[in-house]
Amino acid sequence: MLDMTATIIRNFLTKPHTRLYPITVREPFENVRGNLDIEIEECILCGICSKKCPSQCITVSKEEKVWTVDPFACVYCAICVENCPTHCLSMDKHHRKPVKVKEMNRQVQVKGPEKKK
Amino acid sequence: MATIVPFGPQHPVLPEPLHLKLVLEDEIVKQALPTLGYVHRGLETLASIKDINQMVQVVERVCGICSCIHAHNYCMCIEGLMGIEVPQRADFLRVIWSEMHRMHSHLLWFGLLADAFGMESLFMHAWRIREKIMDVMEATAGNRVIISINKVGGVRRDLSQDQLKWILKVLGEVEEELDKIKPVLTNDYTVKKRTVGKGVLTYQQAYELGAAGPQLRGSGVVQDVRMTGYGAYKYIDFAPVTEPDGDSWARTMVRFRELYQSIDIVRQLIGKLPEGEIAVKVKGKPSGEIVCRSEQPRGELLYYVKATGENFLDRVRIRTPTFANVPPLLAMLPGCEMADVPVIALSIDPCISCTER
Repeated sequence: MLDMTATIIRNFLTKPHTRLYPITVREPFENVRGNLDIEIEECILCGICSKKCPSQCITVSKEEKVWTVDPFACVYCAICVENCPTHCLSMDKHHRKPVKVKEMNRQVQVKGPEKKK
Repeated sequence: MATIVPFGPQHPVLPEPLHLKLVLEDEIVKQALPTLGYVHRGLETLASIKDINQMVQVVERVCGICSCIHAHNYCMCIEGLMGIEVPQRADFLRVIWSEMHRMHSHLLWFGLLADAFGMESLFMHAWRIREKIMDVMEATAGNRVIISINKVGGVRRDLSQDQLKWILKVLGEVEEELDKIKPVLTNDYTVKKRTVGKGVLTYQQAYELGAAGPQLRGSGVVQDVRMTGYGAYKYIDFAPVTEPDGDSWARTMVRFRELYQSIDIVRQLIGKLPEGEIAVKVKGKPSGEIVCRSEQPRGELLYYVKATGENFLDRVRIRTPTFANVPPLLAMLPGCEMADVPVIALSIDPCISCTER
């Protein structure tokens, strides 16, 4: 019956194991797959990311020079990051914040990557 | 006069929607009739629109608890069809993460069971211990549950020496914490009162009705798919955990002892982890038919894959352990009291999303 006594007393004397989110936020670990981002000026608009994506959350338009991701359809697998030929895609370690209105992450290319001579 | 009482699909103890029609005479259950199909998602049909590599991410989402083992089994199927030999290190890493998944699944279930019989403090302790394993997965694989670590031909991430040392340290802490709650589980009056002698499944019934996993081993049948030596299991020593009684208590003890077994397996694997590549390059398309089995936390998982040499698979059939465990559950319920039904239903560790795919 009294097997938990030591644990109970210790629990009274120590801090709780949970955090008061969002007042206390734990720093995410390194290499965690979080938000997907793009260096749009480095992108060659090849569309490999949109073909490899298992959830079809990325659309690439070569004519309009637009790269769009739906962060609410993304499954954070980082397949696009691994397959990008120019390494312009990256995932930071922070997760998407809750929002009231769902918006697409739409990136328009202005200049484009410099052509190698 | 018999009364029919509906149990589920929305019920405080059920994490997922299982519906049972309980035919009662007074307080005693005479018959249980199941209804499934509340969360059917049609994942198998997705094989016709997702290619063989994208399917890895699809099958991971069959189950929210043992995603790594689903992907492992699917990759074994495709590699078997294409004749790919996975590097030894990749095999070891896959099994390390699979065993981590088994541990966190058992701890999650253990917490839910404690909650079902009203011992909320034990529930919180189990989930607190589980959080250590979730942290390991987040730091090493990049996500907490759906870790997306497998790919056709190997694994996507490697474990560094520092990470391996850290995993061993965390496993030590988990073992210490488990030792602390072990006496509560083995001696406590509340736990024993709600589990000992409830929902008995005999050896013969378990064998004939095709029970799987801890349910089968809790009835004394020595069977574990890991003994077939798939992946890196052929390099390590272990014996299936069994209990003879066949009641809810026996199933609980099987899962609790399997936690220690998993810790031991991960330690053995880290000790023997070979150096080398973690993935091979895959060329070509699979063709033919194959059946692969693996051991999930809930029991035997079976994949049947048919490919015709194209980018899309012809057929992916998944048989999950809870599907096999529902008929034994229906055999266990007659004769028990209405108040015991939630704990007995939970003692099979039902994963209905798995079953309905």
